[in-house]
Amino acid sequence: MLSGVSFEASAGECVHVLGPNGSGKTTLLRIIAGLLPPEAGQVDFNGRDTRADRDGWCAAFSYLAHSDGLKPELTAFENLAFEVGLRRGVGAGEIEGALGDLGIAQARDQVVATLSAGQRRRIAFARVMLAGAPLWILDEPYTNLDRDGSVFVSAIIGRHLDAGGAALIAAHRPPAIPGHRPRNFELAA
Amino acid sequence: MKRTTALSAALLVYRRDLLLAQRHWGQVAQPLVFFVMVATLFPLALSPELSELRRISSGVLWVAALLASLLGLELLFRSDHADGTLEQMLLSGQPLSMLALAKGFSHWTACGLPLVLLSPFVATGIGVPFDALGTVMISLALGTGILSAIGAIGSALTLGLRRGSLLLGLLVLPLAMPALIFGARAIDLSIHGDNARGPLLLLAAMLVLAVTLAPPAIAAALRISTE
Repeated sequence: MLSGVSFEASAGECVHVLGPNGSGKTTLLRIIAGLLPPEAGQVDFNGRDTRADRDGWCAAFSYLAHSDGLKPELTAFENLAFEVGLRRGVGAGEIEGALGDLGIAQARDQVVATLSAGQRRRIAFARVMLAGAPLWILDEPYTNLDRDGSVFVSAIIGRHLDAGGAALIAAHRPPAIPGHRPRNFELAA
Repeated sequence: MKRTTALSAALLVYRRDLLLAQRHWGQVAQPLVFFVMVATLFPLALSPELSELRRISSGVLWVAALLASLLGLELLFRSDHADGTLEQMLLSGQPLSMLALAKGFSHWTACGLPLVLLSPFVATGIGVPFDALGTVMISLALGTGILSAIGAIGSALTLGLRRGSLLLGLLVLPLAMPALIFGARAIDLSIHGDNARGPLLLLAAMLVLAVTLAPPAIAAALRISTE
């Protein structure tokens, strides 16, 4: 599906992966995340093959997939406390702060099944944000978000880049991140 | 920033799964109801004669427990796979076999343990004498543990398949046969007033083997199924 793909991203940089439907954007991100094995080639992090130390590599990034990865039976808070808790110790205040940053503080104790698709996307993004990983791999982060939601998400990505983080974004339209110009990486159909 | 240790990550998984079981307890109760139904059908269909019931009660208890456990297994990873939380667990940087062990153990707490607690009542109903009830509970406690461990491997392997349930049975039941043989034998010995220590110790050994070897196998199966 993909061949001859090669690029680099460094700290503080945002790479925008673009291409028509079916060009392999999601496949590329899944290969980078280690969810799919590449037929040939490798993914390096800090000059080392990521497959050599899979757990270490997983700790270095957080991944926002197509599906939000939330349990519909649990509340927003329970979901975040679990998924972020798997990676690092997280306090209740931090989770509430992140929900507030994304404008969904009121959804804290609501069961995810009752929330709208946009609210779920925001909770999933809160997970990425709270994980505290230097690299964010975001697959269509703006799906289902309204204008406010997109602004919140862009601002948070901007802050992450300012703090020396990196982001890899697959999206149909170029992300408008305040103070940063994403570098385009285009996949052919 | 403090990294979560593998042990506390496993504890988080265990607690979350119990919370989920509590939120949809109807699904959890299904295998239990099945267990009680199957075991009570036998005296109705065969004969209420105590001596005859006692000849088959050990087998009935074990087969019913085996099939009931199989019912609960399908849910083990399927919903996590469907909503994407399994993928996030895979990417959490925690050893997957530890998380798998925690999931298996919480599955046993929600499905196996209630079955064990219910078994003395069901057993009494099909003519097992009072003295043998302890053996019934011990053998089923060990047996459901073995089934949870073996079943989790099958459940992880059939995850990507649309109609995995039949295949799950074909995979798990043959592997569960040794446990069935020794478990039923232990209850049988106990019903006839003999010492059931031998088969119970063998069952315990099988449980140790299953719990040690299953987690890495489940982890590998999950990685294959999510690719």
